Amino acid sequence: MKQFFSFVKKEFRHVLRDRRVLLILFGMPVVQVLLFGFALTNEVKNTKIVIADYAKDEVSQQIITKIDASHYFDIEKNVLSNKQIETAFKEGKIKAALVFPAGFGENLSHGNKAQLQIIADATDINMSNQITAYLTAIILDYQQQNQLSKIPYQIIPEMRMLYNPQLKGAPNFVPGVMAMVLLLICVMMTAIAIVKEKETGTMEVLLVSPMKPWTIIVSKAAPYLILSLIDLIAILLLSVYILQVPVNGNIFLLLAESTLFILTCLMLGILISIQTSSQEIAMLISLVGMMMPTMMLSGFMFPTENMPYPLQLISNILPSKWYYIIVKTVMIKGAGFSAVWKETLILAGITMLLFFVSLKKFKIRLQ
Amino acid sequence: MQEAVIKTDKLTKRFGDFIAVNEITFEVYKGEIFGFLGANGAGKTTAMRMLTGLSAPTSGTASVAGFDVYKQTENIKKNIGYMSQKFSLYEDLTVVENFEFYGGIYGLSKKQIKNKSDALIEGLKLQKEAKKLVIDLPLGWKQKLAFSVAIFHDPKIVFLDEPTGGVDPLARRQFWDLIYTASEKGITVFVTTHYMDEAEYCNRISIMVDGKIAALDSPENLKKQFNVQSMDEVFYQLARGAKRSE
Repeated sequence: MKQFFSFVKKEFRHVLRDRRVLLILFGMPVVQVLLFGFALTNEVKNTKIVIADYAKDEVSQQIITKIDASHYFDIEKNVLSNKQIETAFKEGKIKAALVFPAGFGENLSHGNKAQLQIIADATDINMSNQITAYLTAIILDYQQQNQLSKIPYQIIPEMRMLYNPQLKGAPNFVPGVMAMVLLLICVMMTAIAIVKEKETGTMEVLLVSPMKPWTIIVSKAAPYLILSLIDLIAILLLSVYILQVPVNGNIFLLLAESTLFILTCLMLGILISIQTSSQEIAMLISLVGMMMPTMMLSGFMFPTENMPYPLQLISNILPSKWYYIIVKTVMIKGAGFSAVWKETLILAGITMLLFFVSLKKFKIRLQ
Repeated sequence: MQEAVIKTDKLTKRFGDFIAVNEITFEVYKGEIFGFLGANGAGKTTAMRMLTGLSAPTSGTASVAGFDVYKQTENIKKNIGYMSQKFSLYEDLTVVENFEFYGGIYGLSKKQIKNKSDALIEGLKLQKEAKKLVIDLPLGWKQKLAFSVAIFHDPKIVFLDEPTGGVDPLARRQFWDLIYTASEKGITVFVTTHYMDEAEYCNRISIMVDGKIAALDSPENLKKQFNVQSMDEVFYQLARGAKRSE
């Protein structure tokens, strides 16, 4: 134990003395959370649109006011002809246009049925989908409010899109960022820290010391377990207080699952460090071998269900995929352990497997 | 009769078809400075790795500090110190922190570590540098410190793997003063080197050629035996016949 504590103390000194490491450890999670939370969302916010109101009646005015009042859209100007709409699109000033045909309100009150047109700039497919969905939602909302007054209105927008009821992009990103940051810190930092000792020759001296090889590895990894837990808490605080994404499920379950994932990552880091002999290679493997697949295949950016079968298979062996599902289920959906026991089991299995593989490789290395 | 602290008998290490160390047999006595010479690739490092418990021998027997290199490596490790050629201090830690760390992993108590490091710093006249990071010290000092760290826990034997590479003759001479001091305290010094002037400082030396020990005696006797003036020439005569090179 004494050896272990001397080692951990020394390891913390390394970390605290290296500004670059500190920056990666504590700057990166903050930057990532803020980047994904604010800058990189495909959330609709203050999107510029134009409105061509041929009806100019009470109903169209009410809908326009409602759209204008939401913070999702800014009405650039009211135009009167289709030509003006086209010009506005071509100039790139607006992302969408809304057209009320003449007699819109009249149709609604007499025929109980009216149509309007939403035109979106489809050069950015995701964005146009989102915009039409948001506009539709606002209109449907208006319709429902007015049904309370017992007039059976029916407004039919030409676009029909599924609607994200929370109107937020952040909930999808927080679990992904958590998986990515933990992966980066645990895998890359651990691997680099161990390989660094090999490079500087201190590993040899450690192996000649009475410390058992596995004690060396464990004491080397332990500080990163603590540091990643600190990072995890920082990400959660940021997401709750800055991104307004609450932890809906049990926080202790979330922390326990995260600790399991951290252990998986530490094992990966250790395995990489056993197999490599230079810091550059360790970093490259961690980045290309771990970060890229996590970003692309874990379901964080693109849903795994839509991938070709071989890629789906690959995604199944990624620990981050399972962790991502667990965090989404526990943190966002607020489900309990019964909902994620299968994923937990898979993650634990991967961890054990990595542990035994690195144990074996390590023994071979020593001979 | 001198007490042998390292004994090997036909110690061999094979890597596949390649015989890195071929049946070497020698003894190292307590308190002596034993030079372990050989050209690059002659098998020095492999032999040293077997003796320090880093690598299991293929055949033959050996004991270090009275412990068997096959079964009792843990005991061996407690009784030896080691300084690698890449020198083995943490550059981003201070001198004192390095002492604390190495003292800690050898299981010394806080008080022992404090007393020892105070004494060492005074002995090396490093009071001003004690709180400095190792990276800011000159190479000669780093090597002296690495040696002090290697014998920090009072081992019976200290293994030095080309400890003085890259420093000037004066710094090397000062380093050897430390080795002599350690040897006077009864610590056996097992040292590999490329410098023939250093070989002259050893009590006895062995010269390895192609995985075998080609000569083993005191520097004086070796010079007589080969009828030459310097260790350089002894080494040259032996190494010339080597088939292996890097």
